[in-house]
Amino acid sequence: MIKENLYAISALFDTPDSIMKAADNISTEYKRFDVNTPYPVHGMDDAMKLTPSRIGYFTISIGLFCMSFMLYFMYWSNSVDYPQVIGGKPFFAFPAYVPIMFEITILTGAVLSVAMMISVLFKFPNNAHPLHDSGYMKAVSSDKYGIYVEAKDSNFDYSKLEKQFKELGASSVSPIYYDEEEVDWKPNTWDPKFVIGTIGIAILTSFSVYMHMNKVLFMVPFDWMMNQERADYGETSEFFADGYSMRVAPVGTIARGFIPYQYDSPDSASKYMTNPTVASEHNLELGQRKFLTYCSPCHGNMAEGASRLKGNMPPGPDLRTEFYQNFTDGRFYHTITKGKGIMAGYESQITREERWAIINYIRTLQKAFGTPVVKTEEEIAENSETKTEASE
Amino acid sequence: MHTETKDYDNDLRIARPIVEGKRTLKQIDDAIIAPLDRLPNIKFWIAISFTLTLLMVGAIALGLSFYYGTGLWGNNNPVGWALPIVNFVFWVGIGHAGTLISAILFLLRQRWRNGIARFAEAMTIFAVITALIFPIIHTGRPWVAAVYLLPYPNQHSLWVNFTSPLLWDVFAVSTYFTVSFVFWYVGLIPDFAVLRDRATGKIKKLLYSVFSLGWRFSNRHWKHYEMMYLILAGMATPLVLSVHTIVSFDFAVSILPGWHTTIFPPYFVAGAIFSGFAMVQNSLVIIRKIFDMEDLIPISTLELMNKIILLTGMMVGYAYTMEFFIAWYSGNQPETFAFVNRAFGPYAWAYWIMFSCNVFIPQLFWFKKVRRNLFLMFIIAVFVNVGMWFERFVITVTSLSRDFLPSSWAYYTPTITDFAILIGSFGLFFTLVLIFVRVLPAIAIAEIKAVTEQGQPSHTHLHIGNGKSNEAH
Repeated sequence: MIKENLYAISALFDTPDSIMKAADNISTEYKRFDVNTPYPVHGMDDAMKLTPSRIGYFTISIGLFCMSFMLYFMYWSNSVDYPQVIGGKPFFAFPAYVPIMFEITILTGAVLSVAMMISVLFKFPNNAHPLHDSGYMKAVSSDKYGIYVEAKDSNFDYSKLEKQFKELGASSVSPIYYDEEEVDWKPNTWDPKFVIGTIGIAILTSFSVYMHMNKVLFMVPFDWMMNQERADYGETSEFFADGYSMRVAPVGTIARGFIPYQYDSPDSASKYMTNPTVASEHNLELGQRKFLTYCSPCHGNMAEGASRLKGNMPPGPDLRTEFYQNFTDGRFYHTITKGKGIMAGYESQITREERWAIINYIRTLQKAFGTPVVKTEEEIAENSETKTEASE
Repeated sequence: MHTETKDYDNDLRIARPIVEGKRTLKQIDDAIIAPLDRLPNIKFWIAISFTLTLLMVGAIALGLSFYYGTGLWGNNNPVGWALPIVNFVFWVGIGHAGTLISAILFLLRQRWRNGIARFAEAMTIFAVITALIFPIIHTGRPWVAAVYLLPYPNQHSLWVNFTSPLLWDVFAVSTYFTVSFVFWYVGLIPDFAVLRDRATGKIKKLLYSVFSLGWRFSNRHWKHYEMMYLILAGMATPLVLSVHTIVSFDFAVSILPGWHTTIFPPYFVAGAIFSGFAMVQNSLVIIRKIFDMEDLIPISTLELMNKIILLTGMMVGYAYTMEFFIAWYSGNQPETFAFVNRAFGPYAWAYWIMFSCNVFIPQLFWFKKVRRNLFLMFIIAVFVNVGMWFERFVITVTSLSRDFLPSSWAYYTPTITDFAILIGSFGLFFTLVLIFVRVLPAIAIAEIKAVTEQGQPSHTHLHIGNGKSNEAH
């Protein structure tokens, strides 16, 4: 009568009182039994002699652990990885971290506890349990109170239990069998359905990721900010009457930092301009750097007129002579800006501040290397054609 | 209209809807699952066509906003935070009633909550979904905005600012959504199992089996389940208080007059519960009509909700007056100006709409006749929702439009697109609610069974006191 694949013997009761009595009775003799009720019946844990659930300890430990981790993470990102002063707060602004710590405690405590309860304590999802789809299950999910004892229990005896349940007032007693097909079923990795399904999902995922990254993100209006409509210079424009997208600045516009140079002769420059800079160490360093870059190829590293151009260009004059010592700063400035003779103007290469710094540097060189032989202007013109040695 | 012959007000130990019907446990299943089993009636189709129309209006407005940019909205220079943040705060607030009903009233052992807890939790989830749309669309490029909210370094290796209330908001609202969802789903597992065992169709059965995870109503599982439910309720309670507190920090932590006040956190939480209850009450009145649930959601439950609306309405009224007192008492000129400007400035019309809808009109709930009159309570709750929406409007817009620098003052007017998006958010919310009641049990079956008279073992009959959870001891 009893088949091989017997899982358990089950009994259904009609009232909460009778199931309490049955659970109390069965729990004294059997270990592998369970009570199934459509809702949690008050006092059933005592009747079944179950220990109270200790899931709360897990919740508090995992919540506090994740909270500490989050605190460390905020400390690390704001104080170690990329320290930043925000709103004058210290790098490690503990009070401002409290809200996030609180939220993380709740979030991880709740979600991980539920996940742990479902997967570890309940071993869910499990739709292959022998109880499923039995008449017993359908009854206890609605309005009956059921109890069953597993065949694996060491004291299991079908006829004895059947009698016992009847005595306790069960409205029906029935055996529950394993579904043989389900019990023997083993997952097969190379099952064609599984393989085709996996490959299908992989192809679909790859395709949608590809479309998203390569097409959707570049579709109007879902494109990037760099792709927004704008007028580039050199393009024709339908908006402006003249058809140019590049606009001409209004008359009299001065670009920032480019005050026009207004003197057309060395004399007016020398008359109206004075050096606004001070020959500080920093200023002279700047002057030296710019002098070596722009002036020294013709005028020599020490302004001695020693050209490095090997005759390709005539050398510049020695700037330390008395003639040049008598130049005003404004005159030098005009020469650097506009050029003189074959010397080109350096207005576009050397900024105003740098020009004044170069002049300061030339003055320093003049003072440092003293006054060489006084020469007339003609002699200087002669000298300029031959290489001169640095004096002293 | 459903009239009652017996007053159950003084007997909160048992779930009245079931007691009134004297149903057996089997009939409880049938009554609750009825909307899922039968084809929807004409009222349902009318309602869902209406809400889908609203949703469509919002979807078109959003599509236009995405295509042409956020310039279609009225946001101007001083009022950069305009309707999107107003709608965000409004909808997050709506969600609070759900958690209050499902968690706080659960811990306070209020039995009448059992009949509406599931529905209120679902409303929380839908309200938070609706709310989350607004900060995302406010960025103008929502399809890349979500990335910027995560604690993830940008291309310059710069981390998000953990000291900013806006980031706290991201954590608070996403935690709130996740925990509410988990709470809701945990409650649904046994009901999915009930549906699974009743299902006749193959696909229905498969779906319910998957979602029930193989629940067996085992008492060894109930033991942990009940403890978990208690813990979730215990954690959701401080969480719900923290969420609107943090939302109020968005305002209170800034230095703008009218925003920089310490009363904001409790004031926002009270306001959230106030508007949330009004919205739950509104939805319940509609839903019980559409799905013929008059006996499952009795008028006495609605009356208790009206009492909470009255209470929280007075808390909100207290906050309004206290703000004025503090503004005067502080002696701070910009602060005083901000409040006088709020009540008598260019936005006085909005302020007085807010004040009368939130403080004066709910006073009608002092009368029992009004509390139990479906039509009147519905109208009053609509006024409360309007008033609470205007509260967020007043707070956001009046302070921004007139700040410290008079040369930058400007008047803000929302555009038709702004209102279309707001209308669309109502459409989304009510569409989700209607679909929810149609496809999932809107009342927690196992919770209701546990609090019926016949469901109690006789030796505990005299001290029922605790319903859903007979908390694990």
